[in-house]
Amino acid sequence: MNRPVRHTRATTLLIVTVAGALLSVLSGEAAAQEGRRRRGGQQEAQPVELLPEQVASLTKIANERKLNVDDLMAAAKTFTPSGRHDEYVLFSSGGQSGQVYAIGVPSMRLLRTIAVFTPESWQGYGFGGQHDHVLESLKINGTPVNWGDTHHPALSETKGDYDGQFLFIGDKANARLGVIDLRDWDTKQIVKNPLTISDHGAAFVTPNTEYVIEGGQYGTVLGYGYAPPEEYKKSYRGMVTMWKFDRTKGRIDVANSFALELPPYWQDLADAGKNASDGYFFVNSFNVEMATGGVEKGNPPFEAGASKRDMDYLHIIDWRKAEAAFKAGKVKQINGFPVIMLDTSVAEGILHFAPEPKSPHGVDVTPNGQYMVVAGKLDPHVTVYSIEKIKAAIAGKKFTGSDEYGVPVLDFDAVKEAQVELGLGPLHTQFDDKGYAYTSLFLDSAVARWSLGGEYASKHPEQPWKLVHKTPVQYNIGHLCAAEGDTVSPDGRFLISMSKWSVDRFLPTGPLLPQNFQLLDIAQTGTTMPVIYDLPIGVGEPHYCQMIKADKLQTWKVYPEVGWNPLTQQLDPNAPKKGQEGVTREGNKVLVKMTAVRSHFVPEHVEVDEGDEVTWRITTLETAQDATHGFCIGAYNINLSIEPGEYSEVRFVADKAGTYPFYCTEFCSALHLEMMGYLHVKPKAGRAAAGGTDTTSK
Amino acid sequence: MTNVLHSLIGPRVPADELRAHRGRYLTPTLIFMIARVLLLVSIFFPYWHMELDAPQYPNGLFLTAYVNHLAGDVREIDGLNHYIGMRPLGEAAAFERAVSVWMIIAMFLLVEGAAVIHSRWAVLLALPAATFPVGFIVDMHYWMRTFGLNLDPEAPLSSSVKPFVPTVIGEGGIGQFKTFAEFGAGYWLAVAGSVLIVIGFVFHRRAYKPLLERMRQERRAVS
Repeated sequence: MNRPVRHTRATTLLIVTVAGALLSVLSGEAAAQEGRRRRGGQQEAQPVELLPEQVASLTKIANERKLNVDDLMAAAKTFTPSGRHDEYVLFSSGGQSGQVYAIGVPSMRLLRTIAVFTPESWQGYGFGGQHDHVLESLKINGTPVNWGDTHHPALSETKGDYDGQFLFIGDKANARLGVIDLRDWDTKQIVKNPLTISDHGAAFVTPNTEYVIEGGQYGTVLGYGYAPPEEYKKSYRGMVTMWKFDRTKGRIDVANSFALELPPYWQDLADAGKNASDGYFFVNSFNVEMATGGVEKGNPPFEAGASKRDMDYLHIIDWRKAEAAFKAGKVKQINGFPVIMLDTSVAEGILHFAPEPKSPHGVDVTPNGQYMVVAGKLDPHVTVYSIEKIKAAIAGKKFTGSDEYGVPVLDFDAVKEAQVELGLGPLHTQFDDKGYAYTSLFLDSAVARWSLGGEYASKHPEQPWKLVHKTPVQYNIGHLCAAEGDTVSPDGRFLISMSKWSVDRFLPTGPLLPQNFQLLDIAQTGTTMPVIYDLPIGVGEPHYCQMIKADKLQTWKVYPEVGWNPLTQQLDPNAPKKGQEGVTREGNKVLVKMTAVRSHFVPEHVEVDEGDEVTWRITTLETAQDATHGFCIGAYNINLSIEPGEYSEVRFVADKAGTYPFYCTEFCSALHLEMMGYLHVKPKAGRAAAGGTDTTSK
Repeated sequence: MTNVLHSLIGPRVPADELRAHRGRYLTPTLIFMIARVLLLVSIFFPYWHMELDAPQYPNGLFLTAYVNHLAGDVREIDGLNHYIGMRPLGEAAAFERAVSVWMIIAMFLLVEGAAVIHSRWAVLLALPAATFPVGFIVDMHYWMRTFGLNLDPEAPLSSSVKPFVPTVIGEGGIGQFKTFAEFGAGYWLAVAGSVLIVIGFVFHRRAYKPLLERMRQERRAVS
């Protein structure tokens, strides 16, 4: 009876051994996978401890390069080694370039541009391809308007915080709004305001991106109408448009959007309320004088006429009430667009005014939504309004009267919380996590740090509502932007001064100089707030920018599948697959199905007849990150950027006979130059093509 | 008739003997069973990995071979291979990959047969499973060699990359790529199965050889 027992023991032992071996192999497998993937990766940073000889060497370099200790500290705070990623991404308007720029912070490296209102050939934006729809939407009254003046980007928000999904950008010159999908950093939609030619207060979003707000600016006859300036008060109007955003489609839902008619004051910047002030938004105005200029007739120029009065009007708009009025049909159609008229706004209690000094610029809501900060521009103060006081004043009808259009004006002293004297030319305000506000001072060329009151008073060591410190910036600061500094939860740490003039900061670049994006370290309290980096922006004059924590962005590395249409953000049934390439013809309509892969196009020869209507479909078969191809046909104004997985379609009329090389315009591989082919446009019968050096005949 | 059958499949274990020495007879059956299961499970694990490192692929490219399919950056590797005229990886060992799962199931059943058969012939049934890992590596080498040595002379880089034999295991290189190849868990499972079959056979013979000899003696005595 002993043997079986021994056998059983041996068997058990064996099973345990095998099971153990099995487990170790399988768990080892997962670890090994990780280990293999790490082989090519970055080396981990080690804690630094400088040796005496290294200190000596650093000191020598610093002295040779004339750097002081602060400079070395600034370098250490901003220098980002190769392969290391930035903590924040700054999405900046591009001003007259019509684009958006993405910049890494704190390195201040330009990551890329995003074409929006202006054709841009690198991105193949507006040179054939799927983006042609964008060009189509750039037409105004049938005329292509191929540039924009981008002013204010707005990241989409959820509960008042950036969610990293979409970016909106306004075009001041033409009152348009662009929608960028941040999965592929690509413009998906452009809408043109049907009421006004130009605007200014775009784009600002409500706390859950229910609406994108577009405030107007210069009074006009709504719907692109005409009236002489003598009829300014009667016929000219301002407006603010509420564009409904459909997050699932990633598009503005024009059919559910509407506008509010406003008096012909020049509405300026806007900001949506949040938390305590959720449901409201605020728009500044100037020229409540309703000056009509006419310096050529001996009248005071606009700059004087529009600056005469001591007070302008802060527009307080209850957008939930406005939405209800729109849904109840209390609108008038102007140029096919629903507008809530002024009398309705007054009757429904949608619109109230509060006096504000004096031709102010920015209105910015504190993170808790309690306070609205209005920057004086021509007044050395910022004026702080309390939403509680505003609500109480509206409920208690504490009006000092109404304006010429019947809009009730709230009693200034009843709604004002504080006024803080900061300096000359206050324009815009941002916030941090320590209870400070930061206001740009244009004339002083400085960033002012000042202390908030109320629930913020306990967060900082200073008295509430007091100027704490001013850091000079170079020069003429316009907007400023703190890390997530206009959300419900600002991060502090970094602040960008968008300085309009650079004058002597960089090497001279001819009479046209770059702007200067200056990075300020705002991580500490009190008077410590140094400038630590200057980035010249030589590609347009940006206005506002927003800084988002990089890990909030869910950016695609390549398109999800081969044959992806970025316009529809799905697989396109028309995308040619490998093996389906070829050229087919129906009458004078030619369909080219092409694939691209390193380092060739299929097919390489495409033959059409002069006058043929060509539809050219290209799929890139690439799936590797950064394996982008270009596709250009010279003289036909065609250049596409075909990014890994992307499908594109270009249509043109082959109206000029000849031999046209097409080639890949993005250096894709060692045999990139060989990635080409020919488009042969055969001349119509009886007509010879131009040119040629045929020496064999005759 | 029973005699012929018994000389082929070996003697059955008498009921009282089985009751007396249960462990002795169950051990080989159990070991074979574990071996069979390991082999079957190996289908679901990679048999072989290759990492290809090059400067422009900071995260590397990976190729993983299962008995019945390839996984990883096959498309990218094929794309690169076309420059040197190597045929697409999907064309390599297509037959083997198509039949491998059935082969393993067949081997599974054969090893089960080896447990039931108590004669020496059981060895023949267990042989395919025991030699499978060796077969895998030989086949793999064959295909790598065939693919590496038969590059399309019309390929873009034919003039600069000469036919070569890729490294099946360990470190190799081609162009700017360094390659690292190693066996995966599936392969080691199959190897474990193979080793267990050998061990199982020791116990198999130890249990059944005495029975077999007794049967022969009895037959001799009868004749």
